[in-house]
Amino acid sequence: MKEILLAMKSELVVTVIIFILLLIKLGKGMANTTLLSLVQILLLLSVPIALVGNEDGIFFGGMLLSGGLLGFQKAILSLAVWLITLLFADWLKKTEHLTEFIVLMLSSLLGMHLMISSGNLLMFYLALELATIPVAAIANFDLERKRSSEAAMKMILSSAFSSGFLLFGISLLYGATGSIDFTIISSSLDNSGLQLMAFVFIFSAFAFKLSIVPFHLWTADVYEGSPIPVTAYLSVISKGAVAFVFMNVLGKVFLSMEHVWYWMLVAMAIVTMVTGNLFAIRQQNIKRFLAFSSIAQVGFILVGISGNSSFGVTAVTYFVLVYVFSNLAAFGVAAVLSDIGREDLSGYKGLVRSNPFLAWVMALALFSLAGIPPAAGFFGKMFLLGAGAARGNHWFIIVAALNMIISLYYYLKVVRVMFMDPAENPASAAVIQPSVKFGLIICSAGIVLTGFFSWIYDHISSFN
Amino acid sequence: MNLLALLFIPLLTALLILLERRPMQVRWLALAGSSVQLLASILLYFGYRKAALADPSTPFLFRERYSWYPDWNIGLHVGVDGISVAMIMLTAFVVVAGVLVSWKVEKMTGSFFFLLILLSLGAYGFFISLDLFTMFFFLELAVIPKFLLIGIWGSGDKAYSANKLALMLMGGSALILVAILALYVSAPAGERTFDMLQLAGREIPVDVQRFIFPCMFLGFGVFTAIFPFHTWVPDGHSSAPTAGSMFLAGISMKLGGYGCLRAATWLMPEGAKAYGDIIIVLAAIAIIYGAFATMMQKDLKYINAYSSVSHCGFVLLGIGMLTKTAITGAVFQMVSHGLMTALFFAVIGMIYERTHTRLVAEMGGLMKVMPFITTVMFIAGLSSLGLPGFSGFVAEMTVFVGGWEREAGFYRVATIIACMSIVVTAVYVLRAIGRTMMGPLDASSFGDLKDADWHEKMAAFVLIAGILAMGLAPFWLNELVAPGTDLIVKKIGQLP
Repeated sequence: MKEILLAMKSELVVTVIIFILLLIKLGKGMANTTLLSLVQILLLLSVPIALVGNEDGIFFGGMLLSGGLLGFQKAILSLAVWLITLLFADWLKKTEHLTEFIVLMLSSLLGMHLMISSGNLLMFYLALELATIPVAAIANFDLERKRSSEAAMKMILSSAFSSGFLLFGISLLYGATGSIDFTIISSSLDNSGLQLMAFVFIFSAFAFKLSIVPFHLWTADVYEGSPIPVTAYLSVISKGAVAFVFMNVLGKVFLSMEHVWYWMLVAMAIVTMVTGNLFAIRQQNIKRFLAFSSIAQVGFILVGISGNSSFGVTAVTYFVLVYVFSNLAAFGVAAVLSDIGREDLSGYKGLVRSNPFLAWVMALALFSLAGIPPAAGFFGKMFLLGAGAARGNHWFIIVAALNMIISLYYYLKVVRVMFMDPAENPASAAVIQPSVKFGLIICSAGIVLTGFFSWIYDHISSFN
Repeated sequence: MNLLALLFIPLLTALLILLERRPMQVRWLALAGSSVQLLASILLYFGYRKAALADPSTPFLFRERYSWYPDWNIGLHVGVDGISVAMIMLTAFVVVAGVLVSWKVEKMTGSFFFLLILLSLGAYGFFISLDLFTMFFFLELAVIPKFLLIGIWGSGDKAYSANKLALMLMGGSALILVAILALYVSAPAGERTFDMLQLAGREIPVDVQRFIFPCMFLGFGVFTAIFPFHTWVPDGHSSAPTAGSMFLAGISMKLGGYGCLRAATWLMPEGAKAYGDIIIVLAAIAIIYGAFATMMQKDLKYINAYSSVSHCGFVLLGIGMLTKTAITGAVFQMVSHGLMTALFFAVIGMIYERTHTRLVAEMGGLMKVMPFITTVMFIAGLSSLGLPGFSGFVAEMTVFVGGWEREAGFYRVATIIACMSIVVTAVYVLRAIGRTMMGPLDASSFGDLKDADWHEKMAAFVLIAGILAMGLAPFWLNELVAPGTDLIVKKIGQLP
């Protein structure tokens, strides 16, 4: 009993927070400001709880796994949600239904935690749905904006579609192997046609969730239409969680099909990086811009996954941690600026003079996303490419490296606009709430320090 | 002596500048930090000499290894040989001069000096690294300061130039990245390393070298303006603020030359032999094409930028020849070109600040109002065209002699072509100086211009001291560099 509670501690903590919020809502309710502070404190507490005292274990007949790496991955996600509550405090405080918003977001987080620990396809499917459906609801939270409902609609349709793929794949796989347990499946794969077909369906479902090209078409519209905290949530936390599970499923369950999925990953990584990059170049809306850049980033994650080694696992986990800081910082700045009516790139002109703090944080975040030192993104990208290069496929790495240059072009474009273009219509100095500022400083510190402190990487690596 | 001091001094300076926002204090902080660094680098020179005399058999001195990302076998492995000491001293001279020249920068002063010091930090780190990963880290660390320095404080079409520079340099970095990773995975799983000393001790298979060497050399070559990837040089240099141009030509282009020598030629001598002739052809084209392109320029900064393409061609020519004398000449040329071009850009900056034009045709007779600046410009120009007594002569002569040591007709022709460029250099240098400094003075617009300020004079003195020290007494530099070049030449072995 004690082991089970210990193994599920991060899920339990999130559940407890959800219940606390629901009880508050049932009672007299609470002012948004107080409620938000409470949530921030509780979420901050949940990070170390997820982080420490994780022991390897298998529970409920293989349904639920626990382990150090899984705990660390969950802690990254909780940390990211905490940062979201800090960075988007402005928007959250103005929401009429803050409790519902937080409860839905945390339910999705709960789903992701369970998804990461799942050791069984059924468990995985249920957790995935729990992680997805609440997000569709909160995507609709800008009730006055039509685009918000459109985003929610697109999101729910595309995820229903991908769930269909996934379920079909699972049932075929069940038919072919007679089990839904990860370990049993992996030992009974023999590359028959039916299994390959099942694999392709499951792969496609993952590709939908990760917005790997050609399954990416929902991404930009949903990102643009959703409220900005939801966009940040989708592009960072949801992507990160699915990437963890994807890596796990490919490396553990479908290990014997490596010769098949390696080339699938190579092809899709190249297409994803190129498409994401080429579309990002043309974007004027900053949310759409970040959406396409996040597609390109997923392409780089695929390079790391394709390495299929302990290096790859560590590199992907590390990269997601860095990506949390970098992308959330970018979204945080974008949120502050969209509050003063600057949502397009042209509105960022001359930002360094009116809002130097925001401009420098944004620049740092973009350098990190582009993979330029001293930002931690440099290390993240290096390790991903290094893990991919270990297969000896140099041309693949050359293509990835060339894509880093393309991505640098558009990241620098934003920096150029902020630092070098004269402001025709200068932005007023934005008021930055203390908690937002705190969040941005945490993100910046994360970007700068994660790279230098190699013990963070060593810690992740020690789980293997 | 612990080499990490060379990293901590600029790091501390940069952090202090970040905390201190008042312009005057920031200037003094930057000057103090860079002067201490200059002092440290001079101490390093004497320390190195003493240690090298005591222990001539060890190629790299003051070695320390700090583990960093042990999973990947990455370590901050620092150590210097004579070549790196020469490069570090060059950097220290240029940085002090650059800080002094930028004394009057008013726009976002704190950020400006922060980026200058950060750029120098990247260069120091690069020159002391013996680990390919950390070397690459420091190389890339220097890219963003360049981009921002040009884009924010530059002139002309600065956003375009900044972008072109950053993208082309990152293109070079991408090639280097691929080469480094390919080199890393060329060893079996347990023995993978980025450590250059270990890699140099291994026999890397010839076919692997033939794949990796061109990536590595071309990648670093972009930094040092290898033809046809030299196009960022004119735009970048001419748009950059004065100190930015000085750093670009004096330090940043040397990162490339040093990388070509250390990471490409030393680690993969078989690759160097296979591609040496191609390097020589490209270098000869750069030398002669750069010189003729300079003849056509009307803007002082463009003149100096194109002449940098030509002069850096000598560096590549020396490396491509692969003989000991030629490689020594390449190192000499790096030091010489760094000092001289920095001085030239400093002078151009001083003139531009006064006349607000850089077009040769609009100036004339400036010698009458600014005798000091004119003298400095003469020194820079004469060094550039290779007059004996200045550093340029020593460097170019050594490259030519080294080139002549290869006896086949191809190398002779390449050397002769390179020699001919000196005539062209003399033409454009003398013409530029003559037209700007001599002749009648346009008294109405330039009559009441002031001569150099104290800080500008200081900057000029620092660089001229370096140029004369090298030009009048080249033997100390030769002594310093010899063990380093020996090491490389020994690895190259018998030439085909």
